[in-house]
Amino acid sequence: MAFEISQVRNDFPILNQQVYNKPLVYLDNGATTQKPSVVTDTIRELYNLQNSSIHRGIHYLSEQMTGRYEHARESVRSFLNAASTNEIVFTSGATGSINALAFSFGEKYVGKEDEVLISEMEHHSNIVPWQMLCERKGARLKVIPFDDSGMLDMDALDALLGERTRIVALAHASNSLGTINPVKEVIRRAHDKGIPVMLDGAQMVQHGEVDVRELDCDFYVFSSHKIFGPTGSGVLYGKEARLEEIPPYQGGGDMVDQVTFEKTTYNTLPFKFEAGTSNYIGAIGLAKALEYIGTLGIDGIRQHEEQLISYTLGKLGEIPGLTLYGKAKERISVFSFLLENIHAYDAGMILDKMGIAVRTGTHCTQPVMDHFGISGTIRASMVLYNTTDEVDQLVRGIEKTIQMLS
Amino acid sequence: MNLNDIQKDIVDEFSVFEDWLDRYDYLIELGNDLPEIDPAFKTNEYLINGCQSKVWLHAELVDGKVMFSADSDAIIVKGIVALLVKVLSGRTPAEILENKLFFIDDIGLSQNLSPTRSNGLLAMVKKMRLYALAYQAQSEKVKGKS
Repeated sequence: MAFEISQVRNDFPILNQQVYNKPLVYLDNGATTQKPSVVTDTIRELYNLQNSSIHRGIHYLSEQMTGRYEHARESVRSFLNAASTNEIVFTSGATGSINALAFSFGEKYVGKEDEVLISEMEHHSNIVPWQMLCERKGARLKVIPFDDSGMLDMDALDALLGERTRIVALAHASNSLGTINPVKEVIRRAHDKGIPVMLDGAQMVQHGEVDVRELDCDFYVFSSHKIFGPTGSGVLYGKEARLEEIPPYQGGGDMVDQVTFEKTTYNTLPFKFEAGTSNYIGAIGLAKALEYIGTLGIDGIRQHEEQLISYTLGKLGEIPGLTLYGKAKERISVFSFLLENIHAYDAGMILDKMGIAVRTGTHCTQPVMDHFGISGTIRASMVLYNTTDEVDQLVRGIEKTIQMLS
Repeated sequence: MNLNDIQKDIVDEFSVFEDWLDRYDYLIELGNDLPEIDPAFKTNEYLINGCQSKVWLHAELVDGKVMFSADSDAIIVKGIVALLVKVLSGRTPAEILENKLFFIDDIGLSQNLSPTRSNGLLAMVKKMRLYALAYQAQSEKVKGKS
């Protein structure tokens, strides 16, 4: 099936509605994406016909559900091109994945005076868990800066990759600047010094192909809800050898082998990292979303989004007084901007009443705002179902905002 | 006019607007017309920091009435700030504490006072009541002494 935008929009019923008597223009996909019917139908079917706890049931439904859950793991493996399903851990989301990794990896490898390297453009979710780890261990958080166009300072990287660096945790794509980072090069340079790299793919997986083996990253995380799947589900990928050597993050059922009051031995991968009843319906919903992307074809999606990007950049560039933050050439369809002498919050309120959903504020990246000395931006973030017609409506909304506020 | 009459007036004023953007236009006008806050009060000490927008609030008790002045860095928020000042400034602490603020709901702006909006407005309303409470306690203490 080829990528056909009118068909794609029909797959997402929520898009076809009016808010405040205006057609909805949903441009807040960086926050969360909408779900195609195939995903919501699957969730309903699972609850109505198949629900049963996985991995421990002896009965029919439990066995069916366990099979589908493990099949979902295989779908994620295939999506990321991981070597084995042992490398795919289901979590509550990218934030949950990073917290798990920061704890487990940190317990094993980060000590006093050691360093964790992140970048200036990270989402708070890829700052705070590492900061908490550093506080616990007396380690230091180091930061790779970016330049005013939103590109990582690769010269600074070399200087920052030091003897005490234990891990690099980096956004694959920035949620506020739209930059796609040169992650392959970062990984190469880190690996030259024997340092593992975690990529935060929360803003990347929905936009283009991710091949963890080709990237050679040690860990990769993403959220289901940002890639057309249900909320509360996500993935932590880790090279098998890496996951083997770090301790579990949470204790509970399913992650154990033998439990006595004296000692507990842990289950094998990936179960050692999945304590408690996992969100199996979330995981299966995610797999369905990945399958949906597969039927559209990643090439068609990429082509459509490239077109959206160049169209949007052209249109925004024509608006007097508009400043775009994040001008990297390699980018996703996320656009952060400000209008001269206009508060982002005012603009967001007016756009909202025109049916246009954007996000305003810091986008959970306060250091990015500090870099530019601003308190926030207006962010329009687009995915495969957005259209150039919606970009035109955004532009009309911006023009109206400027007219009302100046 | 008492505090509730002013609220009713505001609700009437807003009822003529059918389009949301006209309501916002009016709020922008009110924001622009709000008397400037004394620059001495536009400091961190008087800042109510929302994640999205900032609000500054100053209060003093003059002849038994609470006088508020306020400002915001976002103009539509400032319009709502102007309405709150109009309703609550120049009232006795008792009036402020005894009457419900209903106009915000009635003109459809309640979403702006949701805790998740984080624009400083909800904290501002709470702080205005706190000032009233503090001034009331103060005057009762004074009365108790005499």
